[in-house]
Amino acid sequence: MTFVTPKSKHGDASDGNLGGRLSRIDGPEKITGRATYAIEHQIEGLVYAVTVQSTIAAGTVKSVDSKAAEASPGVLLVLTPDNITHLKSATTWAGTPGPEGPFLALPKTVRFNGQHVVAVVAETLEQATAAAALIKVSYEETEHVYGLEDPKAGEGVPIDPMTKSWGDAETAFAEAPVRIEQEYKTPREYNVAIEPHGIIAQWEGDKLTLWEPSQWVDGMARSYAEWFGIPFENVRMISPYIGGGFGSKALSLPHGAVAAIAARMLGKPVKLAVTRPQTFTAYGGRPATRQTLALGATKEGKLLSIIQHGVNETSKLGMAVEPLGSVTAIMYAVPNFSSRQNVIPLNTVTPGALRAPGENPSAFGIESAIDELAYEIGMDPLEIRLLNYAEEDPHAKIPWSTRQLREAFAEGAKAFGWSKRTPAPRSMRDGNQLIGWGVAAGTYPVRRTPGEALVRILADGTAEVASSSIDMGQGTYTILAQTAAEVLGIPVDRIRVKLGDSALPRAPVAGGSQLANLMTGAVHKAALAAREELIGLALNHPNSPFLDLQLNTLTIADGTISTPRGERADISIADFMQHIGQEKIETLRDTLPEEKKNTVDRYNNFTTMMAMKSPTEGGYSLHSWCAHFVEVRVDEDFGTVRVSRMVSALDSGRLYNPKLAESQWRGGIIMGIGQALLEEGIIDPRNARVINNNLGDYLVATNADIPDLQVISVGIPDHHASVLGGKAVGELPIVGVAPAIANAVFHATGKRIRDLPITLDKIL
Amino acid sequence: MKNFSYLRAHSADEARKAAALAGNMVLAGGTTLLDLAKCGIAEPDTVVDITHLAGLDGIEVDETQASIGALARMSAVADHPAIQKAFPAVAESLALAASAQIRNMATIGGNLLQRTRCSYFRDAAVFPACNKRHPGSGCSALGGVTRNHAVLGTSDACIAGYPGDLAVALVAFDAIVHLGERQVAVDDFFQLPGNTPDREHAFERGEIITAVTIPASAAARRSTYIKVRDRQSYEFAAASAAVGLELEADGTTVRDIRIALGGVATKPWRARTVEAALIGKVLEPELVRKASLLVMEGAIDHGANHYKIDLAPRVITRAVLKMGGLA
Ligand SMILES: Cc1cc2nc3c(=O)[nH]c(=O)nc-3n(C[C@H](O)[C@H](O)[C@H](O)COP(=O)(O)OP(=O)(O)OC[C@H]3O[C@@H](n4cnc5c(N)ncnc54)[C@H](O)[C@@H]3O)c2cc1C
Ligand code: SF4
Repeated sequence: MTFVTPKSKHGDASDGNLGGRLSRIDGPEKITGRATYAIEHQIEGLVYAVTVQSTIAAGTVKSVDSKAAEASPGVLLVLTPDNITHLKSATTWAGTPGPEGPFLALPKTVRFNGQHVVAVVAETLEQATAAAALIKVSYEETEHVYGLEDPKAGEGVPIDPMTKSWGDAETAFAEAPVRIEQEYKTPREYNVAIEPHGIIAQWEGDKLTLWEPSQWVDGMARSYAEWFGIPFENVRMISPYIGGGFGSKALSLPHGAVAAIAARMLGKPVKLAVTRPQTFTAYGGRPATRQTLALGATKEGKLLSIIQHGVNETSKLGMAVEPLGSVTAIMYAVPNFSSRQNVIPLNTVTPGALRAPGENPSAFGIESAIDELAYEIGMDPLEIRLLNYAEEDPHAKIPWSTRQLREAFAEGAKAFGWSKRTPAPRSMRDGNQLIGWGVAAGTYPVRRTPGEALVRILADGTAEVASSSIDMGQGTYTILAQTAAEVLGIPVDRIRVKLGDSALPRAPVAGGSQLANLMTGAVHKAALAAREELIGLALNHPNSPFLDLQLNTLTIADGTISTPRGERADISIADFMQHIGQEKIETLRDTLPEEKKNTVDRYNNFTTMMAMKSPTEGGYSLHSWCAHFVEVRVDEDFGTVRVSRMVSALDSGRLYNPKLAESQWRGGIIMGIGQALLEEGIIDPRNARVINNNLGDYLVATNADIPDLQVISVGIPDHHASVLGGKAVGELPIVGVAPAIANAVFHATGKRIRDLPITLDKIL
Repeated sequence: MKNFSYLRAHSADEARKAAALAGNMVLAGGTTLLDLAKCGIAEPDTVVDITHLAGLDGIEVDETQASIGALARMSAVADHPAIQKAFPAVAESLALAASAQIRNMATIGGNLLQRTRCSYFRDAAVFPACNKRHPGSGCSALGGVTRNHAVLGTSDACIAGYPGDLAVALVAFDAIVHLGERQVAVDDFFQLPGNTPDREHAFERGEIITAVTIPASAAARRSTYIKVRDRQSYEFAAASAAVGLELEADGTTVRDIRIALGGVATKPWRARTVEAALIGKVLEPELVRKASLLVMEGAIDHGANHYKIDLAPRVITRAVLKMGGLA
């Protein structure tokens, strides 16, 4: 492991090396509208597809009357379940074979309200939209299950791999002097990225190019390749910028297949932009969850037993598990534990990933329950957390790599002024406003997959970094430039980063908060190799001005090569390259282990999640941690809850760029505030329709809902977690926000709200 | 969204004539019309753009009244110092409505004519039954999710809430809607659904709103608009109240009080029974609390919207006490 400490350019906040607070280098492009998002790509001869979604929850498409649509101006093609090409089933993200039988992008069987059933392609978007409105679909309806509350929902399917247990939780609970047992619920929630989903598909022979916002161009390209039975290399997916994904843009979806099928049938490039209302069923957000938690403890607050039983909804088509025991099993030291989970298939689109899938609702349960226990025994909610602090991973029974949660509690409490809290509910007020303070912890695992990167030093002294990894706002462009700048000794403004194109060196999914760690690792490795090659040339090239000095090392900083003791005048990299007549130095490196560098393992590493290491592999348990301290003001007459103050202390290990990490933390906290107080997919039980499928009715937090958010980094470099010492950043901050708010609401009002969101009608 | 043509009106007469043709619709700021067109609910053959008509965007305030042109933007009225001074509830109702972007586009005339946010009304492909869209087709909200639906002024045919804010303040202060020569009291302008929920306004095809006038009063000068909702901004009211208060010289006895409710009724709802219970009385919290409950006499809830019955009187109470200097 080599750490290079080059001269810093400014030595201040604008420092472009790793750890510097560099602003996002893609910022100006985005602010000025020059950044071209995937489906803004201009292309000759483009035609437009619009889908028609089902209006029933369950049944079959009996017939499609498309006469009027076909006769409508500009219409080129109407795709129905009867005439759409059947594709091959594609390997799942887990690397397992896809479901049996063909993949139907417009299935005849309707399994949820809002399923794509017909698509209309026309010369213009307006023509396609108008024609789509003329489509008449008749259905044969069957009985549906609308949600977890549906009496027909049943018990669901037990998911045995989710079962965790140690000790004898039942007996310990039964014998515990203090017991609490409650049920906690979270509703269906949506990613609602500001850039809705969409795609442009173009065929040239049997080569397919796709412009599509993607968190994983290699993984999604593989699905298209397998669907159409063409070689992976024939698919090129381009996704230069992504207007938010939060987990919803990692997998290929039916609308993408529809566009690609239409493009092939018509021999024309096809654009399909999913409308905002359609996005509510074009992808699956977070499934609704329900969990019961039983906590047994001593009178002094020491946990004796935790028993959890969770359920989440899934679709009738696919199995989505939202692991509700993920935080429960590692947050507290408890001698007896049992957790199991069922999944209930019902008539919804298959749920997907939404910021911290699993950890997020899991924390809502355990972090609410521990708070209830604290009040039950009359203990400070912060103290009970420290009393039950887990010194090692209580589930895996191995040491943490780093766990700065105690520091997070301490720093957060100090900045918040927690010690001034009056313990009793309803004990703080300001006029009509009841004031409450709450705390909750959160955690997110460190996930690890090898990556690959190319670094190129050019004759003009600039450098390029290339990777198929993506930037959806987290700052990949910026931190990879910083990594290369630091290692190469080239100022960051002379480094170009190319991302989001499956023609570039490969990257695994930008999900699970793994990308920053794995890609800085890969770029670091490739850049070190490039730097070594450059120094090697400077020492040994026949035309090098340093050749005669017989040195064994040189330094590179600020784009300049220097001798250790000033034996010779400095020379810029550009001059040097010209001197030796070299056009470029190019190094391609991956971080795959030797035994996995073969073609098959390589392919699977980047196009499935098979190679992703569990956070406990390697002898240490690797996780990020955080503590949220919240003040709420609850209007005692109106029941409205406003977050008036918030301090969060977070341990994400080493931060490659504190400004960007803080901004991700704040973004996650903001999303958490929305989740706690506002967000809920409202389902009409009669037809399982999401009826608030627009941003006027599906409420996310606005600026007015967000106070100043103080975030404090308490992380230390963790080299077990990643090469450069970082841990998970992006998904961590949302975990624990909702319970911290619910706990504060209890402190303010004496009302415990156990089902999100905490709307005014629940408080009144 | 259906193809339509665009006509720019150069005179009010031209606009009226064009608007009188079946299938044509007036376009002002477009924030309601385009939204509904995208939902497939509004399907104009021609949109008649009136935003270029001269002289319809004035805002004039004197001792007797405010006169606001139908094309004045919501933001212009909200920010107008004389409106803020003489009709604080009006300015506040606008400032708390929608978003800054919408307020900059939307007009006062269009604002009055905004449509309900009933989800079933807006989703015709999935919920064909809606008496407001298609008289006689039924009401999809009945038996559905009703958290945002009205508890006052409903009928068996329709329980859709009137979502707007401005009109609530206008109803409190007896504003008048000007349709060219014809004038209609704003309380009469908005109609109860009854058996004809499709007919929302006392307004004939081909008529154009030209202005709104609001009589000045001591109560209007001492007024406020309180809007309660889960989201701090950019959300329709769960319940709102416009309250204006005039006290006798003793500083405690109510001489005149105006109260109107939003977010809970099928039209902007004047709370005359509450007003009557307070006029001539010495303002005092318990009295106000009790009187406010009167507004919910005859309220009908559909389960999920029951909370409105509890909430709305509290909003009135808060607003009255605030104006009385007691909260
Ligand atoms: C997401 C969202 C949130 C909103 N939140 C709120 C809120 O919190 N509170 C609130 O009060 N409102 C809210 N609104 C509604 C908004 O205030 C109205 O859309 C706006 O005021 C309409 O004005 P406009 O000029 O854009 O009308 P347009 O859309 O142009 O017209 C609306 C209707 O009125 C007719 N029309 C317009 N002007 C005239 C005229 N002079 N004579 C005759 N007919 C006319 C049109 O034909 C059309 O039917 C919201 C709207 C949206 C989309
Ligand atoms: S409440 Fe009124 S607007 Fe809503 S569906 Fe029923 S009839 Fe239509």
